[in-house]
Formats: sequence, C-alpha cells, structure tokens
Amino acid sequence: MKNFQYTEASQPAQAVQQIGAGRDTKFVAGGTNLVDLMKYGIEQPDTLIDISRLELAKIEKTATGIRIGALARNSDMAEHPLVTSQFPLLAEALLAGASPQLRNMATLGGNLMQRTRCNYFYDISQPCNKRQGPTAQAGCGALEGYNRIHAILGLESGDLNQSCIATNPSDMNVALAALDAVVNVSGPAGQRAIPIRDFHRLAGKKPQQDTTLAPNELITSIDLTTPQRAGKSHYLKVRDRASYAFALVSVAARLVVESGRIQDVRLALGGVAHKPWRLTSVEQQLIGKPATEASFREAARQLVAGAKGFEHNAFKIELAQSAIVRALQTVAA
Amino acid sequence: MEPKLIGDPVDRIDGKQKVTGGAHYAGDIKQPEMAYAVLVMSTIANGTIRDIDTADAEKLPGVLAIMTHKNTPRLPGYDANKPGATALGRVLHLLHDDRVDYSNQPIAMAIADSFEHAVDAANHVRVTYQAKTPAPGLPTSKAEPFRPQKLPRPDDPVDTQRGDLNKAMAAAEVSFKQTYHTPTQVHNALEPHTSVAIWEGKQLTIYQATQGIFPSRERIAEYFALPPENVRVIAQFVGGGFGSKGPVWADGVLAAMAAQYVKRPVKLELRRSDMFGMVGSRSATSQQLDIGASRSGDFLGMAHRSLNQTSVFDDFSEPAGILTRVLYKCPNQEVTHRSIRANIGSPSPMRAPGEAPGMFALESAIDELAYQLNMDPIALRLKNYAETDQQKELPFSSKSLRECYQQAADRFGWSKRLAAPRSMRDGNILIGMGMASAIYPTIRDEASAKIKLNADGTVLLSIGTQDIGTGSYTAMTQLAADAFGISPDRVTLRAGDTRQPKTPVSGGSRTTASAGSAVVQAAEAVILKAKQLALNDLKSPLNGQKESDMAVEKGRLFLKSDPKKGEALTALLKRNGGNALEASTSSKSGEEKEKYSMYAHGAQFAEVRIDEALGEIRVSKLTGAYAAGRIVNAKTAHSQLVGGIVWGVSMALLEHAIHDPRTNRIMNANLAEYHVPVNADIPDIDAFFIDEKDEIVNPAGVKGIGEIGITGSVAAIANAIYHATGKRIRELPITPDKILSFTA
Ligand SMILES: Cc1cc2nc3c(=O)[nH]c(=O)nc-3n(C[C@H](O)[C@H](O)[C@H](O)COP(=O)(O)OP(=O)(O)OC[C@H]3O[C@@H](n4cnc5c(N)ncnc54)[C@H](O)[C@@H]3O)c2cc1C
Ligand code: SF4
Repeated sequence: MKNFQYTEASQPAQAVQQIGAGRDTKFVAGGTNLVDLMKYGIEQPDTLIDISRLELAKIEKTATGIRIGALARNSDMAEHPLVTSQFPLLAEALLAGASPQLRNMATLGGNLMQRTRCNYFYDISQPCNKRQGPTAQAGCGALEGYNRIHAILGLESGDLNQSCIATNPSDMNVALAALDAVVNVSGPAGQRAIPIRDFHRLAGKKPQQDTTLAPNELITSIDLTTPQRAGKSHYLKVRDRASYAFALVSVAARLVVESGRIQDVRLALGGVAHKPWRLTSVEQQLIGKPATEASFREAARQLVAGAKGFEHNAFKIELAQSAIVRALQTVAA
Repeated sequence: MEPKLIGDPVDRIDGKQKVTGGAHYAGDIKQPEMAYAVLVMSTIANGTIRDIDTADAEKLPGVLAIMTHKNTPRLPGYDANKPGATALGRVLHLLHDDRVDYSNQPIAMAIADSFEHAVDAANHVRVTYQAKTPAPGLPTSKAEPFRPQKLPRPDDPVDTQRGDLNKAMAAAEVSFKQTYHTPTQVHNALEPHTSVAIWEGKQLTIYQATQGIFPSRERIAEYFALPPENVRVIAQFVGGGFGSKGPVWADGVLAAMAAQYVKRPVKLELRRSDMFGMVGSRSATSQQLDIGASRSGDFLGMAHRSLNQTSVFDDFSEPAGILTRVLYKCPNQEVTHRSIRANIGSPSPMRAPGEAPGMFALESAIDELAYQLNMDPIALRLKNYAETDQQKELPFSSKSLRECYQQAADRFGWSKRLAAPRSMRDGNILIGMGMASAIYPTIRDEASAKIKLNADGTVLLSIGTQDIGTGSYTAMTQLAADAFGISPDRVTLRAGDTRQPKTPVSGGSRTTASAGSAVVQAAEAVILKAKQLALNDLKSPLNGQKESDMAVEKGRLFLKSDPKKGEALTALLKRNGGNALEASTSSKSGEEKEKYSMYAHGAQFAEVRIDEALGEIRVSKLTGAYAAGRIVNAKTAHSQLVGGIVWGVSMALLEHAIHDPRTNRIMNANLAEYHVPVNADIPDIDAFFIDEKDEIVNPAGVKGIGEIGITGSVAAIANAIYHATGKRIRELPITPDKILSFTA
C-alpha cells in the first residue's frame, strides 16, 4: 500500500470541494473494496476523504417512493421496513451479497461503485486494460486466461484485447437495475440525477471506466419509485458455495400476473456483463403472454441473444437462461 | 474429585487462554528493538533477475536494510540446501542467486522498524527479469514423466507389483479403466507462517509457527552450520498447519538471516498472498485406475498409476497410490508413481498427502465398478474385504472396517437409498447418496518425555511437542493423569520448546501415538520407581511384594490380588523424605512394526442435493464411523474427524489453486477467491468412533485420527453426486459449471 493522506469530510459540499482540490483523491466509505484495492496496489490515491460520517445514511419516504442515502449500510438497507415492504427484491439481493460483517460496513454508494473481481485486474503483475487504461496498450489478461467469472454479454464488437470482458460483481446493482433506481449525485457544477441504466457502462473503448460518475462527483442518494402493483419478486443467485461467494449468474425478477397473464415484469441479470443486464424490449414482449415456462424460456432466449462464451465461462449462456426461467417460475407460482 | 477418564470429552486445557487472547502465537511475540521483515515476491515463474533496484526503497523512513541476492551473505551451511531424507527437508530460495524458479518466490526482503515501513519499502523495490517460458503443471504439462527416487515416507516403495497383473486382467470378466484428476490445493492455515528470530552471539532463539520444533531446529542449525543445541525453537501455540508448517520454508531461515544482518530481533510474518507458493501445496494428480473383476465382483487385478507434479528444483512426489496397496483384497496388483516437473513452488505434504487424492480416485473407481456390476457399493467392498495386508503380507494389528460400514450405514439410513442413479428427487432437487471407505496408516516416531511425581501428588510432565491446534497438550496431560489415576488438573505441562525432551513433527497423525507413547512409558517408569520404593520400605503395606503384583489407580499404589492392601503415592513419598520421583524415557516402535500392519479405518457416507438446472450442489448429510484404537479425548478427537470431513467437502466441491498455464501464476491467491466451505455449506456432521482395542499398535493404544476424515469424504460426495445426477465427474473440484456442461 502506498502512503496516503487522510481527511474527514463533515458536509457533502465540503467533500465535493475536497475531492476537486487534490489530484489522486478518493472517497472512502465502508472501505471494504477500496482498502483491498489499495493493499494490492491497484488504487494508489494520495489522499483519502472519509465520507462515512456524512449525514447521508437516512432511508426515508418521498412523494413517489423512497430515498436511500448513499452512506446507508447494506445491512441497514436490507432490514429497513420501507425497503422490505416495498422493495423486497432489493433486500433479498443485499442479503445475498458478501457476509454479515461486510454488509455492516458496506455502503450504498460504495456498493454502486465496487470494482470487478477479475483475477487479472487484481494482480498488478498482469496485463489489464481496465487497470492500466487503454493508452498503455496492455491487453486483457483474462481474454485468453482464466475467464470463468467473466462476461458473455455486452462485449465490445471490435478487438476485445483492447477492451475488457469483466463483469460488475454487485448483487445490489442488479436489483437496482430491475427497479429503475435513480442515482442522485452532487458535483462542482451542482446536482444531477442519473438513471441506473446510464450509471454503469459497458466496457467498449473505455474499459478503465466502470460508471458515468465523474471522479469529482459524490453520490448522495438513490430514489426508488413504488410500483403501482407490487407483484412478486425474487433474487436468484447461483454461486459456487452456499454463502459468501460472488454470483456466477444472478437474476432479479419481479412479476405481476393476473388470470394467468403477465401484466408487468422486470428482469435483470448479474454476473454476465460489465453492467447489470436488462432489456426492456424483452420485458415488453412478455406483457400479455401466459405466465408459463414456454413464455419464460422464450424471454430467457431473447435476453441472452448474441451471448459469447470464452474458454471457462461458456456454461453461463445456458445457466443464465435456466436461472431466468427458474426465477420467473418462482415468482409466478 | 473423580479423575476424568481417558476417552472423556475433556475441555482443552488451553481453551480459556485461546478464547481470551492469553495464548501467545509466534505473531504475538514482541521483543525490544524488534524489526519487521517483508518479502518481495517474483512475478515471473522462470528466468533470472536482470536487475534489482533497491535505491528508492532504502531511502524510505524506518528502513534498516533491503536484502537481495546481491548483498546477502552466503550461509555457512548453504551446501545443505538439497532435498532432505524426509519430507521435511525442502530446497529453499534464500536470496543466494538470481534464479527465479516459480512465481511468488521470495527474491528480496525489506527490513524496517515497523511492519508498515517494511511493506512500503518492499513495494518500492524495482525488479526486471530475463524471463523464459515456464514449464506448466498438471493437467497442461506435456513433459515426459519420470520415476521419482522415493516417496515422502521411507516405508513406502515408489512402485509395487504383486501377482501377475496382465494375466489377471486378460482373464477378468469385467474390466474398468478410468482416469481421475485432482487440482493443486494450498493449505492456508488461519495463522500465516511466522518467525521471530533473536540472536545472542552464536545462540539463536526462534519463536516459530511450526509443526515440528525439533526438525526445524535441526534444519536451521544446518543452514547456519551451528550445533543444534545453539538453536532454540519455541512454538507455544500454533494456529493450524495441515502439513504446510511441517518443513522449514524459506521464511523460517530468512527471519534468522535478517536478524543477523540488521543485528536486531526480526519478525517475519507472511502475508496471505505470500502463502500461495513458497510454503508448499498439494500436488495436482492425474490417476489411472484399472480394475479387472469377476462377474460376481471379486477383484482379480488392479492397477493404480499416479502422475503428480513437482518443482524444477526439488523432489516431492505425492504418494497417491499407497492405500490401494492395502485397502482391498486383490492378488494381482501394480501401483506406480510418476512425476513431471513444473515451474511451481514445491509441493509438500498436505493433510492426508497422497491419501486424499488417491482415495478419491480409488473409491470413485470402486463405486463405478459397483454400478457396472449392479452391486451395492458396500456389498462390493465387503466382498473384497482385506483380512490381511497383502502387500506386506502381514496381519493387521486390528481392523474394524466391517463394523464401520455397518454402523455408519445404519445411522445414515443407507437402506432408504434407491439404487438407480437419478431415482431420488424433491421437486427441482435431485438427491444422491454415496459412500466410501476411509483409511489412514498409524505412524509412530521416536519420542521422549520426562515425568516428575511430586510428594504432593502433582505431576510435572515435560515434553517438547508442539500443539498445532489439535489438542495435543490436552491429550498429553490426560495420558499422564491417567497413568496415575489423577485428575488432569493435577498435571502441569511444559511443552512447545526444544529445551524439553525431543519429539517428532506433528504430521502424519503421529503425535498422540509417538509423544503419547513416551508419556505413557515415562509414567510407567516413575510408577516402577514408586513400586520399588514401596517394596523396600519396611513401613509400607506393600513391603516385600513383587513389582508386577502392584498397580496404581486414583493416585494409590495397591496389591492387585488384594486391593485393600496399599497406600496413596503421596503417603509413600512423604514417608521417604518427600522427594519427587522422576523418570525420562525415549520411546519408539519395536518389532510390532515388522510383524503387523497398522491402520485406522472408517466408512463415510454423504447425501447431496443438486439443483441440476443451476448446477448447484449442496451437501445435506454426512455420517461417518471410524475405528482408531483408543480415543484419548472424545471431544478433541471428534473435532479432528469433523475437521477432516469438512476438508473433504472442500476438496470435493471447492478448493482449487488456479494456475494460468501461460505464466504459472496462481490467479486466486487470496481467501475471497480461493474457496473453502463456509458454515452454510456444512450440514450437521455425524462422525463417531466405534470401540476398538488395540494392544499391539503402541503403548498408548492409539491410532492417528487427524487425517482420516478427509480420506473417505471426498469420494463419498463425488459418488453421491453421481447417484443424484448420473453424471460421473472425475475431475475435482466438482463445481456447478461441471454439472452444467457434463457430457457422458
Ligand atoms: C470478500 C468479499 C466478498 C464480497 N462478496 C460480495 C457479494 O457476494 N456480492 C456483492 O454484491 N458484493 C460483495 N462484496 C463487495 C461489497 O459489497 C463491497 O465491497 C461494498 O459494497 C463496498 O462498499 P464500501 O462502502 O465498503 O465501499 P468503499 O470500499 O469505501 O468504496 C468503494 C468505491 O466507491 C467509492 N465511493 C464510496 N462511496 C461513494 C460515494 N458516496 N460517492 C462516490 N463514490 C463513492 C469509493 O471512492 C471507492 O472507489 C464482497 C466484498 C468482499 C471483500
Ligand atoms: S477482463 Fe477487464 S479487468 Fe479483467 S484483465 Fe481484461 S481488461 Fe482487465
């Protein structure tokens, strides 16, 4: 770990100001991801601004739904009545992630920003476009290496060795994608709201950039809109062990069925792309269809259409479809 | 107070210390002026260091020295850096040259006044290499296999033949042939390897996380060309070893080199990532099993040909075939071991070395054959039950495997199993039941102990042995207490220090059999002195009696034929001047070793639940019966079984050090990605011992129990997976992707 300066921010505005002032300055919230990355030499900030004491941890009602502060702990979010009653999908996804100890530290903002678990990204002796940036022309270590946890969807159409095949590892983000969360951020130029689907990015030609958040912007909260009809939801996470493992593939599903017909559906996939994978066109197609395995299987096929498998992750193409069908069957039952 | 008896579930004598932080591990040791060393590790697997630039690092605050091959003084005993006679003598990279033989090899050492400063300095050492293509390990390797010179245990031949295999195979009505693959595994004890080295002139004291203070002392003394007496190794508490702390690795010697170089005590504590390479691993294997049988299931011929990997600079050959030689009756057999070399850190013993991967292959093959023959897997095993050790042509000192099958099957509910694969289901979940035999040799080494019986009836037991977390201190205390029939809290133990009587490495499940036997014999020697005192004492009720007619119980010496005649040991000693009685013994196996074959046995059953569409496998039930002679402490012994069985779950489903064959780097060198089971993966484990009395095996009457738990559970789970799904996966670990992409 490189030596660094440490300061605390007491007000959001102060935090934004401080981050604008330094060169290699980063926010630290729960520290569960950033500190690891610093230990491995992947992140090397000169200054850390501790935002964990900012008064941004509230979970409260809004006119259209709820607002969750960026510093809310993952464990508090998962237990909060407003979340469990209106957005059980989010609670379930949160509880599927990490371990109780980690969830007690991890924050909403940190979880949105957590970086990939790609083995080559984590090993600074190995080539990685995401870590080194495209100008370094390093290449992608995973492409012809150990790529079991890597993406099958949303891949760059050009030379993959100049891009990145990593996945976003978060469980929470998959639920937020299905729920159309809006991320509120604050920067030197003021506030802006970023729809979740625009928050995380595909790797494309800028593999170093996971999100559309500017380096000098602070996430302050997210907004969730209460659905007209809640229906049933389920977060299905497939993993190597029963707990404390990242998803091989995950599915966030919410479904409203009436008289055997689908009225409303939300479907997002985790573990398959550089961002949570959601295609609203596929959801549109499902509306009005019978809530049967055949409909679910067709939707699954469409959602992973064009998927590409690499040496170790080709199994995900089939697995993702099985998981989608299973998740929809669970909520249709 | 009633003395606690041998076999009782006695709490660990150090339990309270451990949970209150009173137990001091090597990493807890602090010394005045102590400096900290941190290693710089290689990032290539084959080549030489072209340049190593320490200028920036040396300028950093608190830095005392950066040691590299350019400035490290040559060790006076460096010529001893060769493969040793046993698995404990490993070849080490000690900053003596510019060679890089594997990735994550120590190539420099930063020494500073704090751990943080040392880390910072280590990060500022700049290295450039002249890199060559690394030789990959299994299964990628295309290297020509060679016959290793020896297996880790001198008693195990590399190759064995008996009968006429070719003839038997040609005549067999049913034949079976398959190859099984097991991956590289890394031990990863919770406590990383740690040494604190302190020099006083030519005397070296080392607090070390080690499984063998005496072998460590000898190896370190050898490198520094010192008489072993000049080196003192202390391991009061050890946080797990699993074989990885058996040998002295580079860190143990480098700590002493650093302390000599900076003339201050030095602590070297490995970081988790350092532990993937330089402190051993379980070799990957590729094992071919050939079995020829009669239609009714008699094994006529069997071949087990095992291929393993070793490093380019050392020799260690995973002995995966050894148990095939004894587990079943089979007149015609061939077992061979071959190795390939790769640019990897040297493999080494890991809990049930050879036995764990070997038993996965053998017991999977037997299961496959049972399906092929349409026989119950237990029936097939019973049909080929070995009444004697056919390889050594010796009787067993005791063997209760039949009882193990029976009792474990009953408690598991084997009779509820429907024989056909894929025949048991619960909604989306396929249910499978599988079983396997377990077996582990009983090993005993020379060990010594000293016992002093004080006039107040308390006992002082001095014995070198370390306790690697298994409960050895408790067992030793219990054995001494038992000999005098007193409560264990009347025994004071001095252990974990080379100043105490010499004992072997705690590996190969040998500590209770070896050190425990020394305790029993030392106690017997003290009791003999007490008897002699009594029979020569005119005032003793036992005056004039014969030694062999007397016995001790509950601290009292008495006449066997007339137990009322006798007196308390305290009375005897007080009357005779109040002097303590003391005896030292050295204990080792005698001719019983030539006359008998000695093994602990067991039967392990597993039930799995598999969501086939998602590939997820969960173990839902584990039942195992084990027979291992006398059980000294029901509680710590049960923990050993459970620990071994959990290791089996890990090996079957999760563990795998992933080498990128292009670089030979381990790509999951941390505990987030190197998976072992978490609590949610482990169901209640019903592991129990069945009574087995063995008066031949050793004076303590015990067999090793530390490793047997893993020898059956891996195959039991793999066999259950087949029973559930009809998918026979012959490559560990059995992860969801293998279930999903299975093609017959
Ligand atoms: C062993 C292990 C297992 C895990 N398993 C899972 C799992 O199964 N599923 C899962 O989803 N996650 C898992 N995680 C990841 C965990 O969820 C994240 O580490 C956590 O959510 C990060 O939150 P944090 O507050 O600790 O972030 P930090 O580490 O403090 O920060 C992470 C990043 O976010 C930035 N940041 C934080 N807050 C803000 C803000 N308000 N505005 C702008 N930027 C901000 C920081 O600058 C930093 O770059 C695991 C982590 C570990 C270590
Ligand atoms: S997949 Fe992305 S993160 Fe991984 S090595 Fe390639 S570029 Fe780096």
